[in-house]
Amino acid sequence: MNNPLFVITNIHELVGIIFIILGVGFDILGCLGLLRLPDVYNRLQATTKCVTLGTCSILLGTFIIKGFGATGFKAILTMVFLLLTTPVAAHALARGAHKSGVKLCDKSVCDKYKDDQDALS
Amino acid sequence: MIMSKIILFIFGFLVWVFLVWPADWQHILVGVAVAGFVAFVTGDMFVRRVHHFKNPSRYFWFLYYVVFFLWECVKANIDVALRVMNPRLPINPGIVKVKTTLKSDTGLTFLANSITLTPGTLCVDIDEEKGYLYIHWIDVRSQDINKATELIVKRFEKVLKRVFE
Amino acid sequence: MKKESTWKVRYFLGLIFLLVVLSSIIFFDIPSLISWQSPFLARCFFMLMFCFFLCLLRIFRGPTPADRAVAIDTLGILIVGFCAILSIPTGRDWYLDIAIAWALQSFIGALALAKYLEGRGFDE
Repeated sequence: MNNPLFVITNIHELVGIIFIILGVGFDILGCLGLLRLPDVYNRLQATTKCVTLGTCSILLGTFIIKGFGATGFKAILTMVFLLLTTPVAAHALARGAHKSGVKLCDKSVCDKYKDDQDALS
Repeated sequence: MIMSKIILFIFGFLVWVFLVWPADWQHILVGVAVAGFVAFVTGDMFVRRVHHFKNPSRYFWFLYYVVFFLWECVKANIDVALRVMNPRLPINPGIVKVKTTLKSDTGLTFLANSITLTPGTLCVDIDEEKGYLYIHWIDVRSQDINKATELIVKRFEKVLKRVFE
Repeated sequence: MKKESTWKVRYFLGLIFLLVVLSSIIFFDIPSLISWQSPFLARCFFMLMFCFFLCLLRIFRGPTPADRAVAIDTLGILIVGFCAILSIPTGRDWYLDIAIAWALQSFIGALALAKYLEGRGFDE
């Protein structure tokens, strides 16, 4: 393996592979955030942003490599589904976590939601 | 109500054509049958205000919104990645309350989604009657309700008001 | 975060662990059954497997059920990217069918887990 680019012959394959490498890098950073950050809400922030856009970048790379075929259009469709569904799932999980009584971490500044819930009940 | 069914039929048919891309006439026949059945059964609840679809300026504002939103998304990723890599972990989290003037369901959904995917903010709950949003902010810059609204919501609300209201 | 003085040591150890794993993925040729189109794709595939390992670690350690639910949701999104990478060298487009179905199922699973966390029944 002297020349690692030996199979890539076209420019669009090179661009697609660059997109895929960027996406995998963002995925790794998102999973590191899942491990490092202190409480559930911060972890949700990291994973929702980084992992969603990383996976969308991988799918965009697939679309660029494969072109306007069966695979390419399915990749675009999967991208739209992901961008529409992931924030809704994150919103539901954050709400469920707050309702089930998970506290915010020690560093946090204010919790207006808990104040309003206490004022209601 | 018939317009709502026709719009749902077009959406379903487009998704089907994308799914079976090198489309034969057999695929298109099955797609027409299935999309027609689904639109006939559940078409009434898809859109409430049909006249919004006839206004061409809304489509241009929607395209502008998509481009703006993707750019904000990329900025959010770089922001979170830098925070995670930093050894001191510079976070200052908290849940703040902001208010919005959007009323329609679709507008509120898109507003919450775009808040979730932009730098450092995550929508926790929506109070629909009073128009309040509870937002988890990874770097709280202001606990005041008006200042936080200015910082988080305003830039999306300007665009979304032209698309969905 | 038990002691304030140990965070430097922990950061350093984690950095060394990450560098060892990532460089062993990058510089060694891991054998696999698929004939990859380009060596970069094989590296990306194994790095995604490393991401799965990080998620599994959070599922194993998570102090509350909400942490585990978040990690499961993340795992579901990563599998979509996994299917997309697999569809390039094999040339089979049904890997992306699996990806679409998995994305929708993982979304519905996350909603069900959120309902469970809220402490309500599934039919409300």
